[in-house]
Amino acid sequence: MSLILTEEQRMLKESASEFLLTNAPLESFRKLRDNNYQSYDPKVWEGFVEMGWTALTIPENYGGLDFGYIGLGQILEETGKTLTKSPLISSILLSASAIRLSDNETLKSKWLPELMNGKTLMSVALDEKSFFDPDSIESRAVVSGDNFIINGKKKMVIDACDSNYLIVVARLNDSISLFLVDSKSEGVNIKTDILMDAGSYSSINLDNVNVPVKNQLDIEIDGGVILNSMLGIGAIGLSCEMLGSVQAAFNQTIEYIKERQQFGTKIGSYQGLQHRAADLFCEIELCKSIVLKALQSIDDEHENLLQYAHLAKAKLGEVLKQTSNEAIQMHGGIGVTDDVNIGFYLKRARVIQRLLGDTNYHLNCIAKQKGY
Amino acid sequence: METTLKEELGNFRSETRVWLEGNCPMSMRQPVKSSNDMYWGGRNPKFSSEDQKIWFEKMLEKRWVVPYWEKKYGGGGLGPEKNNILTQEMSRLGCRKPLYSFGIAMLGPALLKFATEEQKLRYLPEIVEGKIWWCQGYSEPNAGSDLAGLQTKAEDKGDHYLINGSKVWTSYADNSDWIFCLVRTDSKASKHNGISFILIDMLTEGINVRPIKLISGKSPFCETFFDNVKVPKSNLVGTLNNGWTIAKYLLTHERQMIGGVGGTDIKREISEIAKNQLSFSSGQLKDSFLRGQIAKFEMDENIFELTIQRIMEEDRSGKQAAALSSFFKYYGTELNIKREELLMQIGGNDALLWVPNDDNDADTARKFCRSKGNTIEGGTSEIQLNIIAKRVLNLPS
Repeated sequence: MSLILTEEQRMLKESASEFLLTNAPLESFRKLRDNNYQSYDPKVWEGFVEMGWTALTIPENYGGLDFGYIGLGQILEETGKTLTKSPLISSILLSASAIRLSDNETLKSKWLPELMNGKTLMSVALDEKSFFDPDSIESRAVVSGDNFIINGKKKMVIDACDSNYLIVVARLNDSISLFLVDSKSEGVNIKTDILMDAGSYSSINLDNVNVPVKNQLDIEIDGGVILNSMLGIGAIGLSCEMLGSVQAAFNQTIEYIKERQQFGTKIGSYQGLQHRAADLFCEIELCKSIVLKALQSIDDEHENLLQYAHLAKAKLGEVLKQTSNEAIQMHGGIGVTDDVNIGFYLKRARVIQRLLGDTNYHLNCIAKQKGY
Repeated sequence: METTLKEELGNFRSETRVWLEGNCPMSMRQPVKSSNDMYWGGRNPKFSSEDQKIWFEKMLEKRWVVPYWEKKYGGGGLGPEKNNILTQEMSRLGCRKPLYSFGIAMLGPALLKFATEEQKLRYLPEIVEGKIWWCQGYSEPNAGSDLAGLQTKAEDKGDHYLINGSKVWTSYADNSDWIFCLVRTDSKASKHNGISFILIDMLTEGINVRPIKLISGKSPFCETFFDNVKVPKSNLVGTLNNGWTIAKYLLTHERQMIGGVGGTDIKREISEIAKNQLSFSSGQLKDSFLRGQIAKFEMDENIFELTIQRIMEEDRSGKQAAALSSFFKYYGTELNIKREELLMQIGGNDALLWVPNDDNDADTARKFCRSKGNTIEGGTSEIQLNIIAKRVLNLPS
């Protein structure tokens, strides 16, 4: 497949850019933060739903648009530029993908439309440690009559404070399973922290939580397979947002060094800055290619999806770190003040690069895949 | 309409595959190891094997030496799609190029764009037939990165130009038949505006060539001296004093070539080499730091290849990809020197071997030394970054 967006995909991206710059510019991020770290703006979220962005990856037989992940990726990239907070990652990119991958028809036909209309919010509860490590899940589910009883401790659950349901990853016998859990269930204890990106992330205690048997996502298929695919898709979606942030932080910095004067001349004329900027330009060209290739691999159900997901998240983690650091340095003193917005990218970068695995995690996966 | 085109291309692919399988000798499907494995043509052509001769002659007869040039210039007249298919099929079988030639890769594109019809009809078919071995005369001892500062002079003497000066890094000048040169034709004009592009027969009286030895040992590079060399005026290409335009155009081709764009050579994966040579512990390379470096390198190499594909496609679809040759040249060569550095690391003490012995003819150390030139030749990495900063990012000067 050619590595160019189709006309339709390009138009979707343009309309997303227009909508976000009008309704949720970077300044709105500041307002939400200053309003006691509000997790998202419900009006903007309604807009997302009206624009159809929550339906892009939902199959037509569940009432979705079936436009594909390349489409969702364009939206995520644009939200990375404006740092627009919304349940798009927790509810659509992660939860809706998990449910779409499930073979539980009852759950799919009930919840996919609900997620799409934006009224029901969900999040995936996976992490248990301070590092992303999906291979060592300790939470457990046991069968008891018509219910599962789940025990465990979850961490870093995105937007759990707003979520009506949690998709909990736990061990059932010797394998991995996913369960849809009402967050109001007895025994679910959610404690939310504000992290450096002004986002809400929760630690969740699951203490003898009863979940109806019909709420298991994996019936015939292996829960581990659903989890892996969802993590691949999730890593690629996050890479899209990161690509948006990389480009925005870079462009704002280039504009700044073209204007800022010191020693009677524009600082952008100094080779010390020019070469670093040109090097970043090259790295960003690489980022664009892997993100698009990875998105295509989701829509094509490509056998190398996971490989592209590792490459994308590893590369974007590295380049976003470099770009967000350089952005501050090239802004100089003003860059470390809260008066300008450039520092938001640094703080978001440090969180998003860890979500679903950082560069080292994904490089390690690449090496393992290739057998070294 | 679309199905017919698709069918036609499909047929072309299967015919091409059958033809290549039937006509490319097995020994011409092996990777090129040394310059001996390359056929360069010229007035005194040297084939290193009978197969090399057969392969060149078959391809010439098929008009596939330069498949994408027009037929009247000796090409095969293939459009981009068919040419692409031919390249893919050749690379699938691992076919060597039938002819290695700066005439095809560099001079040809410049002649096609800037020469008169008469010049094209004279020089292009000779290039295709491998009759003339061309070399390039650009850099000078005092004009490296500052190429436009070149001083080799061509004085107008009525019916001819009189050339004096010297050129450096003239690859294969000691074997070449003709040289395409940048010369100063107006010393009063600003430095970019007094340069012309001229073609010179190396047999002309007054030309001397001295080979250059590199830190890696023997090399194709030479220094070429011009002492009162007379060149007919009809050998000038394009407009007088407008040679810089041609030079820049040609440099983009050279940079893409050095950056590895459009190459059919398949490089062995670094991790495959590492797996064969290094010790393992619990299923992973024992040197965990090196393991990380290899993974990062392969990530970048992988994504760079996707990026070449993406940018070439954007270019073809008319979305102008800015300063692409500088990006390719910079990133491709920086990656290559990292690759050679890693190979030295992976090879351990064996990689240090300089003089081949009876058991080992590995040239890792020499290749490593040679790679140091990659980020210099064709415009240094720093020059490429300057170009990106100024022309793409529009940073002030």
